[in-house]
Amino acid sequence: MDHRSLLVFAAAVLISAVGAECQTILNVSYDPTRELYQEIDTAFGGYWLGKTSQTVTVQQSHGGSGKQALSVISGLEADVVTLALAYDVDAIAKAGLISPGWQKRLPQNSCPYTSTIVFLVRKGNPKGIRDWDDLAKSGVQVITPNPKTSGGARWNYLAAWEFARRKYKGDPSAVKAFMVSLFRNVPVLDTGARGATVTFVERKIGDVLIAWENEALLVSKDKEKGEFEVVTPPLSILAEPPVTVVDKVVEKRGTRELASAYLQYLYTPQAQEIIARYYYRPRAEKVLAKHRKLFPKARLITVEESFGGWEKAHQEHFADGGTFDQVYQPGTR
Amino acid sequence: MSFLKRHSVLPGFGLSMGFTLTYLGLLVLLPLAAMILKASELDRQAFLHILLDPRIIAAFRVSLWTSAAAAAVNMVFGSMLAWVLVRYEFPGRRFCDAMVDLPFALPTAVSGITLTALFAPTGWLGVWFERVGVQVVFTPLGIVVALVFISLPFVVRTLQPALEDLDPELEEAAASLGAGRWQALVRVIAPVLLPALLTGFALAFARALGEYGSVIFISGNMPMKTEIVPLSIIMKLEQFDVAGATAIATVMLAFSFVLLLAINILQSWSASRHAG
Repeated sequence: MDHRSLLVFAAAVLISAVGAECQTILNVSYDPTRELYQEIDTAFGGYWLGKTSQTVTVQQSHGGSGKQALSVISGLEADVVTLALAYDVDAIAKAGLISPGWQKRLPQNSCPYTSTIVFLVRKGNPKGIRDWDDLAKSGVQVITPNPKTSGGARWNYLAAWEFARRKYKGDPSAVKAFMVSLFRNVPVLDTGARGATVTFVERKIGDVLIAWENEALLVSKDKEKGEFEVVTPPLSILAEPPVTVVDKVVEKRGTRELASAYLQYLYTPQAQEIIARYYYRPRAEKVLAKHRKLFPKARLITVEESFGGWEKAHQEHFADGGTFDQVYQPGTR
Repeated sequence: MSFLKRHSVLPGFGLSMGFTLTYLGLLVLLPLAAMILKASELDRQAFLHILLDPRIIAAFRVSLWTSAAAAAVNMVFGSMLAWVLVRYEFPGRRFCDAMVDLPFALPTAVSGITLTALFAPTGWLGVWFERVGVQVVFTPLGIVVALVFISLPFVVRTLQPALEDLDPELEEAAASLGAGRWQALVRVIAPVLLPALLTGFALAFARALGEYGSVIFISGNMPMKTEIVPLSIIMKLEQFDVAGATAIATVMLAFSFVLLLAINILQSWSASRHAG
């Protein structure tokens, strides 16, 4: 190697080293967003290059939402987190890594995309599943993951709960009785949403899968036409997977600008279009209207309005001794 | 350390012993100590409250009996397998021998998913069980199946060396002295193999007790019925209740440790009885 090429080589190493240091960010997300973020990250790379002529690599990490939050709390250096529910982000905030008012930092509760809870049924809907009370009828097998281990499944549970509360005008014992008869129809509680999907789709167990709309659409489009159908109940819950910057990490790594730009990018028309393609409901009205066929209108309640936020909902329903545990108390079944 | 040195003729004892202790300390004791420290954040009452929860008790019951059942099954069929692999020459023996280790190598989630697919009512084996009215998946029976699968190598691999040491001449001598086959098995072979059998059982049991990945797919995770202890731990972690999770883990660890210790004592007792 002569002098000049050595110099070029050294410069290249230096540039790439510097580049790698300030232009890589880590997005810690939950399981079913893997494919979505792969495409978003590529698109963002192009967008960022055009805007600042810097190359950027977004690394992804996926797993159960609660476990991912726990990893971040224990020191996984996530510049941004994009998790399944605000409760998990709150836990990171409680550990002091994210500042308390995080959910107000970005538009629409810091949720650039939403989803809802729907029913996936077998071809022709043989059991005639239309609404939540069809799930509590005897002779119907319902597949839903365990809300204690699956963040995603907590939305399922709360949606069913809210339906019952409205139906029985808030009578607590009637609501509880409804939940008991619903869960009497659940033959298996998988630990995660994908596990429940496998039980329903591959093992062919159950008549109806309670699922996130994006997961249900993915299955119904992916499988042979007509093997499964998606039923959107008249009342469901607005699932809001939040995104935010992890303050302590971006301060340490000096990546705040890039990380914030990355999250803001999620709200742009290009990203919203990608989001719709992966069956999440886009926030941008225009994009949503364009895909209306995929995302039928339904009355969508929010955790904030109906349950007073995640902290409260968690204490009441999913903490040890909460309503979910009561459903499984000996004697109630 | 000089008093220890006297016993050994090999050089390098101090260095290797120091290394061993450091290694064990860092790798085994440190994480365990951290765990117990975390669990000790709870006072006695909170600790008991967690452990006396009916669901946790139920989970312990399920975990303990399914693990014991799986280890017992493997003790019988695993020893047969080890016997055949050691005592007989047949084509494909090496292949069979290698297959024993597969449960070691497979990611446990893969084992769980595969077993669930096989034993599901629509699966290759599940249809037959379904015909006689037995459901395997999502029942404690399913947990036993998964645990038998993952703990098989422990029994076979502990028994093999013991069997290799067992001289067939011993049995011949017993036979020539007029012992029947059954007598030879009970009086001659079994006592020699007992320590290895016990170790195999204990290892299989301890491994089964801690197993998570494969079980959660086949068990159905029904509270009070098919929830295992490791799942209760995960549930606590999902609620960010790290102290609660470690409390359960500590008790589970105590169970395994007591068992392993008991087996060790039994073993040395049986060895000394044999020698004397």
